[in-house]
Amino acid sequence: MTDARVPVTFTVNGEPARLTVEPRTTLADALREELDLTGTHLGCEHGVCGACTVLVDGAAVRSCLLFAVQLEGADVTTIEGLSPADGSLNPVQEAFRNCHGLQCGFCTPGFVVSLTALLAENPAPTDDDLRQGLAGNLCRCTGYQGIVAAARQAAGTGVGQ
Amino acid sequence: MTGVVTPNAARFVGQSVRRREDPRLLTGRGRYVDDVTMPRLLHAHFVRSPVARGTLTGLDVTAARELAGVTAVLTAADVNHQAKSMWNSMMGPDAGGPPPRVLADGDVRYVGEPIAIVVASSRAVAEDAADLVVFDIDPLPPVVTIEQALAADARVHPERASNLSGELPPAPQPELDELFDGAAHVVSEHFTQHRYVCVPMETRGLVASWDPWAQTLEVVAATQTAHESRAAWSRLLGVPEDSVHVVMGDVGGSFGQKMFPGREEHGVVIAAKTLGRAIKWIEDRTENLIAGGHAREETADVSLAFDESGALLAGKVLHVENVGAYPNLGDGMAASAAAIVFPGPYRMQRVEYAAKGVYSNTCGHCAYRGPWMMETVVREQMMDLAAERLGLDPLELRRRNVVQLADQPFTTATGVVYEAVSPAETLEQAAELIGYDAFREQQAAARAAGRYLGIGLSLYIEPQMGFGILATEAATIRVEPSGKVNVLMSTGSHGQSLETTIVQVVADELGVAIEDVRFHQGDSAATPYGPGTGGSRSAAIASGAAMQAAHETRDKILQIAAHLLEASPDDLELADSVVTVKGVPDAQVPLATVAAVAYLNTDAMPPGVAPGLEVSSRYKAPFIMFSNACHAATVEVDTATGAVTILRYVVSEDCGNMINPMVVEGQIAGGVVQGIGGVFYEHFEYDESGNPLTTTFLDYHLPTAADVPDLEYGHVVTPSPTPGGYKGMGEGGAIAAPAALLNAVRDALRPFNAKITSQPLTPEAIIDAIEAGTGASTEAPS
Repeated sequence: MTDARVPVTFTVNGEPARLTVEPRTTLADALREELDLTGTHLGCEHGVCGACTVLVDGAAVRSCLLFAVQLEGADVTTIEGLSPADGSLNPVQEAFRNCHGLQCGFCTPGFVVSLTALLAENPAPTDDDLRQGLAGNLCRCTGYQGIVAAARQAAGTGVGQ
Repeated sequence: MTGVVTPNAARFVGQSVRRREDPRLLTGRGRYVDDVTMPRLLHAHFVRSPVARGTLTGLDVTAARELAGVTAVLTAADVNHQAKSMWNSMMGPDAGGPPPRVLADGDVRYVGEPIAIVVASSRAVAEDAADLVVFDIDPLPPVVTIEQALAADARVHPERASNLSGELPPAPQPELDELFDGAAHVVSEHFTQHRYVCVPMETRGLVASWDPWAQTLEVVAATQTAHESRAAWSRLLGVPEDSVHVVMGDVGGSFGQKMFPGREEHGVVIAAKTLGRAIKWIEDRTENLIAGGHAREETADVSLAFDESGALLAGKVLHVENVGAYPNLGDGMAASAAAIVFPGPYRMQRVEYAAKGVYSNTCGHCAYRGPWMMETVVREQMMDLAAERLGLDPLELRRRNVVQLADQPFTTATGVVYEAVSPAETLEQAAELIGYDAFREQQAAARAAGRYLGIGLSLYIEPQMGFGILATEAATIRVEPSGKVNVLMSTGSHGQSLETTIVQVVADELGVAIEDVRFHQGDSAATPYGPGTGGSRSAAIASGAAMQAAHETRDKILQIAAHLLEASPDDLELADSVVTVKGVPDAQVPLATVAAVAYLNTDAMPPGVAPGLEVSSRYKAPFIMFSNACHAATVEVDTATGAVTILRYVVSEDCGNMINPMVVEGQIAGGVVQGIGGVFYEHFEYDESGNPLTTTFLDYHLPTAADVPDLEYGHVVTPSPTPGGYKGMGEGGAIAAPAALLNAVRDALRPFNAKITSQPLTPEAIIDAIEAGTGASTEAPS
């Protein structure tokens, strides 16, 4: 493997990120290893489990399936960027806590990001919209009961409106 | 010691207190093993066998070692002699099995078996170098299935006399033979269960660091137990236990897989010692699927004998388990536990439980949530098959045989004593909640309209073992000089919410606010010894230890306060962190003052009382304890496509007093959906050459939010006789769900006489079962 590195500049959580990365470096690895944003988790590295979901220009994407060099000029938001700096939780996070929407917590950042994007796009989802919209994220602990309940609660609070 | 613990006023226990763990996990501030870094950290990657069985020759790592960024490429010749011993505390050093090895040496015995460890400056470079490792494997015919293992001349382990990993032989029981000979009805069936696996969302991993000057090993691990990991690596390296320090941070699920370190973890530890460096290994998903540990591939031949009235007389089981090549616990068999709990919730007089474990050239068996669950899978299906034979409804047959509270203490056919279990009550509650009788009417109407609905029950009793390594748990409680409380325990929560539930228990028992209590776990140096979190033990056994230690702490607080208040300890109460003389509200002293005296003004202590306010107390659990539940599911089967829709799913659970009902229901839900996954979606498949076919989440299908119904819960509360009245219940959901679903599908397909005795129930399998059924398929409307 050549050591050729490529510069790339994008915005992460409102801050400019100027990286020089190998072309093969995924966005997920760049976030975790270059920017120390370890809230984005890797559950499969092949685009199925959704644990690595982040927002790119507002859309939920799997950061394991993007190369960092594809992000030139993009606006990336990770779980850290969705979390209030004052130590509180945002309404989606609050709903997950209220509804026991997490146990081990490993898949959780991906679910929070996915639900945030879902509610931004569809502020008044049906139950089926929520279930289908969250079907791209895998959880092994909760049986999805608390997650679906949290999604209903967050949708009911109108956080996407 | 059990008798001395009397609960203080319950304020937090019984409440769905929101979890202490959640804010950090929801904001991306959890600390999982892959989030940990260290100075000069290196990264490991394994070269693995692509062949199930064969002779390994020509291993050449020269080119890999020469790649820029590679620190070392280690093979069996470098590593295996450094492994002084490999065994775990549960089974002991004489558990049998094939000679353990860290890396394949001379031959390979399953696809995924580690052959070499590449250590490099980054994971990517390590993977690049792995591609440069050269070797030849002359393939040999593999042993893949149970049938092949029992029949083949080929032996998985040439060092072993046969492919049997272990055997529970049937014991002669003349009384049992008489019961079968005299029975009005004998029902027999053969069941198979397919291989499905734990799949924690976080794979296995560790960061291991060896200090060659201090001769100490520091490890951050994704595990269920810091202490057992410490023991394992102390044995592995032949170094004293206290020179190994294991810490676990947040752990992203396990379900049994991370209970004992595997050979990859051992390899990384040896590599760290060899190189005197810190090394991180994070398994990727394909590695986790093919090599992380497998479970559930089992068969059972079961016979049950009934009298004229439908009373269950006796049972016979032959249980066979495919334990893979290198099971990670002894002989890999769960049959000895299955044999003990097979009678489950029913009265029967005699049981014969025979079992075999067979090696195969596949990934080794590991613990998976309710490892012995085949007993419930087959017993509960047998009850439905027997009901059909006897012309009874499955609910009625269970009613005629279920153990009642009035029968207890009740000794089962396998000699286990039940006390305070409520299978009859949960059976009735589940039937009531799901509207059993109304469903039968709805089902009949639907059938008349050409729709196929079914209902399935599954009743079980879940054991929590309290013997051997699992017998005890300890808590250290430190009331700090300010009156704030730290609790230290051996547990290793990986989703079980112990940072919340143990704090609820301690806060109540001490009489302080939950905000004043913090919980610390997962550190082999800082916490008392214990087996970690697993085996559904934490709610009952860890809480028992926490209560006992808190009780002793409270006693000491009251002793000191009594001296300060010039009162008798018996006249004092401790609530809201203030000690008050009962009935004299003005006579009080804050806990903070008591604590300050204990550390900072020790001359004010009562005579004869040791300074300080630190208590460490070890709790001995009963040999075995039980919770119980009944699952009830209704389904609709589309007989044209084979698709199954779960209409409703009810669980009536009795885990005694609930510390946190939200957490209890979360544990039930997780287990049930693993059962749904196992029956309908998940299947770890090998081809005839022993090649794994389901190596990504594109092939190994987990259920999603779109695949599961809203679960419904009922709670029966029969407190255990142990501290707090709590019972463990972490595994039951996964144990009971498969039979409820299998019974519901079979019930739906009764008009076709479809034979449902194997899994997974894929649409194709259901169509095949309908077509093979002796029922008039012409009845099926188009």
